[in-house]
Amino acid sequence: MTLYLIRRLFQALLVMLAMSLIVFIGVYGIGDPVEILISPDADQAERARAVAALGLDLPLWQQYGVFLVRALQGDLGRSFVYNVPALQLILQRMPATLELAVGATVLAIVVGLPLGLYAGLKPDSIGGRSIMAGSILGFSLPSFWVGLMLIMVFAVQLGWLPSTGRGTTVEILGSRWSFLTRDGLAHMIMPAMNLALFKISLVIRLTRAGVREAMLMDYVKFARAKGLTNSRVIFVHVFKNILIPVVTVTGLEFGSTIAFSVVTESIFAWPGMGKLIIDSINVLDRPVIVAYLMMIVFMFIIINLVVDLTYTILDPRVRLESKAI
Amino acid sequence: MKNMKTAALAAVSVVCMSGVAQAQREAGHMIMAVGAPVTSIDPHYHQLSPNNAVSDAIFDKLVNTDAQARQIPGLAVSWTAVAPTVWEFKLRPNVTFQNGNAFTAEDVVFTIERLPNVPNSPSSYAAYARPILRMEIVDPLTIRFHTREPYPLLPLDMTNVRILDKETSEGASTDDFNSLKVAFGTGPYRPTAYRNGDRIEFARNPTYWGPAPAFDRVTYRMITNDASRLASLLSGDVDSIDQVPTTDVARLRADPRVTLAEIVGLRLVFLGLDQLRTANESSPFITDNDGKPLGRNPLQDVRVRRALSIAIDRKAIVDRIMEGAATPAGQFLPPGTYSHVPDVTAPAYDPDGAKRLLAEAGYPNGFRIQLNGPNDRYINDSRIIQAIGQMWTRIGIRTAVEAQTWATFVGRAGRAEYSAFLIGWGSNPDGSHPLRNIMATVDRERGRGASNRGHYSNPQVDSLLDQALGELDEGKREQIEINAQRIVAQDVGIIPLHIQTNIWATRQGYIHEPRADELTRPQDVRPAPAR
Repeated sequence: MTLYLIRRLFQALLVMLAMSLIVFIGVYGIGDPVEILISPDADQAERARAVAALGLDLPLWQQYGVFLVRALQGDLGRSFVYNVPALQLILQRMPATLELAVGATVLAIVVGLPLGLYAGLKPDSIGGRSIMAGSILGFSLPSFWVGLMLIMVFAVQLGWLPSTGRGTTVEILGSRWSFLTRDGLAHMIMPAMNLALFKISLVIRLTRAGVREAMLMDYVKFARAKGLTNSRVIFVHVFKNILIPVVTVTGLEFGSTIAFSVVTESIFAWPGMGKLIIDSINVLDRPVIVAYLMMIVFMFIIINLVVDLTYTILDPRVRLESKAI
Repeated sequence: MKNMKTAALAAVSVVCMSGVAQAQREAGHMIMAVGAPVTSIDPHYHQLSPNNAVSDAIFDKLVNTDAQARQIPGLAVSWTAVAPTVWEFKLRPNVTFQNGNAFTAEDVVFTIERLPNVPNSPSSYAAYARPILRMEIVDPLTIRFHTREPYPLLPLDMTNVRILDKETSEGASTDDFNSLKVAFGTGPYRPTAYRNGDRIEFARNPTYWGPAPAFDRVTYRMITNDASRLASLLSGDVDSIDQVPTTDVARLRADPRVTLAEIVGLRLVFLGLDQLRTANESSPFITDNDGKPLGRNPLQDVRVRRALSIAIDRKAIVDRIMEGAATPAGQFLPPGTYSHVPDVTAPAYDPDGAKRLLAEAGYPNGFRIQLNGPNDRYINDSRIIQAIGQMWTRIGIRTAVEAQTWATFVGRAGRAEYSAFLIGWGSNPDGSHPLRNIMATVDRERGRGASNRGHYSNPQVDSLLDQALGELDEGKREQIEINAQRIVAQDVGIIPLHIQTNIWATRQGYIHEPRADELTRPQDVRPAPAR
C-alpha cells in the first residue's frame, strides 16, 4: 500500500515536471507577454525595462532553470499581470470554483442516479423513455448557450434568480464561500445547474446501462429466488455492482469541472480559477499558467488515486497492484 | 449516521440564519459592471485603461481631463511655463487625502519620484518622470518642474499621474495598495474592498474637494462576457455597464428600460502597410497573381497605397459591421480635438479611381496580398478585415484574410512580419502622440516610432515633430502638428478606417456621462434628473 502511494506520488512529480516544460516552451512559442501587457505608447527603452523586470531577457533555458530552482523552494513565481505570487492567486480563486464543482457533482448524483435507476428498471415506460430523450439534450446542448438561456429566462424574464456573480460571501479560515448565505446560494443555482447538466446526463446513461445489465445476472435471479424484497435486491445487490463506472466517471468529471469550467465561469462572471486561467492565457501570464496546470495535474493524480481506493471498497475483487502491504 | 444528520441540520440552520441578511439593495448603492478586468489598485503599477479608470475614482491628478479629454484643473489650479525649461504649477489649497492628511507639494515630489521605482511593473509610468530634471518646491502650494529641454507636453503627461500621500505611501509596495492599507487618494470615492478579478467596493469620500459624489456606495464589478454583462443590466442586477456590444445597440436604442450614452472616442482603427521592405524587395505576404514572389514591394508606391485606401467603403463598414458605432476617419483625432486637421476627411469610396491608380503604378492586373489582423482586440476586428478583403479583391488585388488572437498577432506585427494588417491606436488628445509613436521613423535611441509597425518614414514629418516637441506656444505647436499630420495623410502612411464610438448603457433612473478616453469611472454615473 505505502509503496503504491509512493509510486503514485513519484509519477505525479514527473508529470508535473513535464507539464511545466511543455507550458514554458508553448507560451514562449505563442508570443511575448510584454507586447501584450505594455502600454501602447511605451517607447523602446520602457519596453526593454519591462522585459528585464519580468526576467524575459534571459534565454529560455535559463528562464526555465530559474523557475525550477525557485519551484524547488516552493516559489512558483509571481504573476506578470497582478504582481502576486501565482500560487496565492490561484488559491484565492479556488474556493469559488470548488463550491461550484461540488455543487454540480452533488446535483449530478442526486438527480442522475435515481433517474438512471428508474430508466434502467423500466426501460419501456414513458417515463424511462423521456428520461433518456432528455439526457440526449443534456449531452448535446452547448453549455455557453444553455448558460445564456438560463440567464435570459430566470434572471431577465422571470427575475427569480440573480444573473451573474457570487453574491454575498462569508469568510471562513481566510477563504470566501457563497454556499453559506441564501443570497450566495441563489447565485450558485444557475451556474451549478449549467455545469451539472452534462454530468447528470452522463450519470443517467451509465446507471441505466449498468442496471439493465445487472438485472439479467444470475445473482439477481438467485436473490429473487431466495425471496429477498425487490428494494433489497436493487439497492444492495444491483446498486453496488453498477457503481464502479459511475464513480470513475464522476471522479474524472469532478476534476475537469474544477480545472476547466471556463465557459460557465465566464458567462456567470464567477470569479473562479477557470476564469483566471483563460484570462492568463489571453495575456500570456506564464507563471500563472504554469502553476495552474501543474496544480491541475497534481489534482487529477490525487483524484485517480481516490477513485482507485474507492474501487477496493465497492468491489472486494479489485486489488491495488502492489502486494507489499 | 446520527452525526451526519446533526451536521446537516446545522448546515441548514446556518443557511437560514445568514439568509436573513440577504442583500436587498439599499438607497444610495449603485452597482456598475465593466468588461475589462482591473489588475491592481496601485495607480503606478500597470498602465492600463481599466486601472486608470479605478485610480481616477480614488486619486486625483494635477491636471484632470473632462469628458472630451480637454485639460481642466485638478489638484493644480493653474500651470504656466515660467521659463523655456521651467513649468510652474499652483496647487489647490485645503485638499485632504482620504485619511485626513493635507495635500502639499511634498506629495507631488514623492509621487514623481516613485514612478520609475515600482518593482515588477509590466508597463510603468516612468516615462512621465523622465523629462523632469529636478523638482523645486517654491512654497507648500507651488511646485516647479525643471526639464532638460523645453517640454510642452508636461501638462499632458500630468493627466496620467495620480498623486499619492507621501506620509502613508512612503516605501509602500503594490501589495500594500491591493490590500487597501495605503490606498488613500484625494478622489471622490474611497475603496473599501478589492477582490481580484471580481469586484471593487467604494464608499463616498465625504471630504472630496470637487462636486459631491452621487452615491454612498458603489460596487464596481468585472463581467468580461459581453452577453452576460448586458443580461445583468437587463435583469436589474447592475445599474450601468460599459462596452455595449455593437450587435445589441439597435435593439437597446428602442428599449425604454435602458439609456445609452455615446461619444466619439479617441481610438482609430487603421491598416498598417509594410514600408520596411524597399521598392526592390519582396514583402512577406505579397505575390504576383501566380503566387510567385514579386521581387518588389508595391506598398512603397504611394499610388498603390492610395488605391488600397479608396478601395475601402468606410461607410459600409461603419453602417453594416459597426452598426453605426463608429465614424469614418482620415486621421487619428476626431473633429474638435487639439491638432485635428480640418481639411483631411475620410477618403471617399472610389473603386474605379483605385483601379486607375493601380494601372498607373504598373499593376493593371493587381497582385495577391494577405491581410492580417487580431480577432479579439478591437470591436468586430475580424469581420472588418473580411470586408476589406472583399473590397480589395474587387479592384483586382486578390486578398486572403487571416485573423489571429491578439497574443500571437501583436508580436508578429511588431517584428514587421506582415504586409498589411489591421490595428488600432487610442490617442492622447494631441497630434504629437500618434505622430511620435506611430508615424515617426523608428529610432530606438530617441524612443520614436515604437509602435510604427509598418515602418513608414518621412524625414519631413520627423523634423516637424521635433519642432512641435520643442514649441511651448500652444497655437504654433498645433499648427506644426497639423502640418505634419497632413503630410502623413497625403503619403497614406497608414490607411485610417474609423474612430470607434464609446458606448455605455444605464438602467432607468441613472445616467452615465460618456468619456472620449474610454475610461469607465464611478463618478461619471449619477441618478437621472427627475422629469
